[in-house]
Amino acid sequence: MAYVAVKGGEKAIDAAHAWLAVERRGDPALPALDLAQIEAQLGRAVDRVMAEGALYDRRLAALAIRQAQGDLVEAAFLLRAFRTTLPRFLASLPLETSAMAIRRRVSAVFKDLPGGQMLGPTTDYTHRLLDFALADPAAALPPAPPEAVPDAARMPRVHDMLGQDGLIEGDGPPTGDEPADLTRQPVSFPASRDLRLQALARGDEGFLLAMGYSTQRGYGGTHPFAGEIRLGEVAVEIAPPELGFAIDIGEITVTECQMVNQFKGSKTVPAQFTRGYGLVFGHNERKAMAMALVDRALRAEELGEEVTAPAQNAEFVLYHCDNVEATGFVEHLKLPHYVDFQSELEAIRRLRATAAAASAEEVVA
Amino acid sequence: MPEPSPASSASANSGPADPALTPEQAARRHWMAVLARADAASLRAALDAHAGVPAWTRLRGPESGMTMLRARQGGGGSPFNLGEAAICRCTIRLATGRLGHAYVLGRDGAHAELAAVFDALLQEADHAAPLQAAVIAPLAAAQAAQRAATARRAAATRVEFFTMASMRT
Repeated sequence: MAYVAVKGGEKAIDAAHAWLAVERRGDPALPALDLAQIEAQLGRAVDRVMAEGALYDRRLAALAIRQAQGDLVEAAFLLRAFRTTLPRFLASLPLETSAMAIRRRVSAVFKDLPGGQMLGPTTDYTHRLLDFALADPAAALPPAPPEAVPDAARMPRVHDMLGQDGLIEGDGPPTGDEPADLTRQPVSFPASRDLRLQALARGDEGFLLAMGYSTQRGYGGTHPFAGEIRLGEVAVEIAPPELGFAIDIGEITVTECQMVNQFKGSKTVPAQFTRGYGLVFGHNERKAMAMALVDRALRAEELGEEVTAPAQNAEFVLYHCDNVEATGFVEHLKLPHYVDFQSELEAIRRLRATAAAASAEEVVA
Repeated sequence: MPEPSPASSASANSGPADPALTPEQAARRHWMAVLARADAASLRAALDAHAGVPAWTRLRGPESGMTMLRARQGGGGSPFNLGEAAICRCTIRLATGRLGHAYVLGRDGAHAELAAVFDALLQEADHAAPLQAAVIAPLAAAQAAQRAATARRAAATRVEFFTMASMRT
């Protein structure tokens, strides 16, 4: 790679950074944003940064958002960089989303599923009209939302309801294998589903949205139904060796999507519904649903479907879904390529000179 | 400072959650979960209000690190790595010789250290009952009340479908 070692520019860089700091702070007559305010009032931005930064810590994500001036991809990058400074003590036990403290749970396939449809704090039924009342910082606090008596019954998953008859595929027996970890080993192919899910969970929301959308529009169609979407809190459990038993160290918010997809069956498997799975940090249905669509599309080969579309191509999806990597490679074009460019310029001049000489000879002849 | 059994790197923790805990372990698991969900300020206030706390020394930390959060493929299948979470841990020893451990989500070292102190104190016969009554039970009740309030709000958003009478009979 022909990058030139460039010296100089330190003073210019210092001046640029000093200006950036002033730009970031904004009008000094205004109060500085408090991290607690970002956490509380820009919670969905915090969620996205934690998911794509692949590090769950609301306060750190809020700091990253403030530092990046609200540039969420840059904020995710800051979080990724920070995580490299932290030791990993141990892995958690698998989160049990079936034991989630559910705030929202909807299904587009069963109206009357046990436990019911709970809308939770959703924007789904809003009219997307700007609410100018929110422009007044002194606006009165919203009234407390109504409450009702919760149903004590546990909420079964949609595939638990159809699973007994084999109409929908199960989760398969746990393998007991150590899951792949792309933070420790580079991604390689064929990529197992655990590796793919890890990559998708930290993948760029916009990229996954476009990929999921492409499957709906016919590029690797999977005939999806939103089997179930859940939002809520799950306990994090770890089993530190010094204790010898598992402990619960607090809870995190996650959004889970079970996509249910048509499957015509194959030589070995009768017709049944298959599933795509999405799970992301925080409250982010768009990402969870897109992830589930792409997860299912990437199972094409395993299910004996023809791989024709980008969303079914694991190399295409996994190599391009990471916005930190993508940003790095796209934005590296800003770095000095003076020598590269100089040699290209020489080459073009040479080609043109050769072509000019050749046509001159033709004219003479 | 000695570093008791440093749990370095991702160890295989994908086994079953709790293989039949002893009553002591179950009690400890409960108070550790309650302490992990509390905050440093309320633990500090609770410790200050408790008489006869022996001196303690830090054996490890408080130190910040991460846990790799695992989830299950499809929600119930084999594990995959979802992403990491910042955690903080601390191990202390009371002057009595009793060890206390704590792991908490987040990066608040004071939270982890105070939780470790309470973990040690709650294993001491003299302190266990009064601390259970004055600290763990009220914190657990407040946390349960918070969960219940959230569940009531969620329940108010449950959709009650009306069945439209069909014209056909």
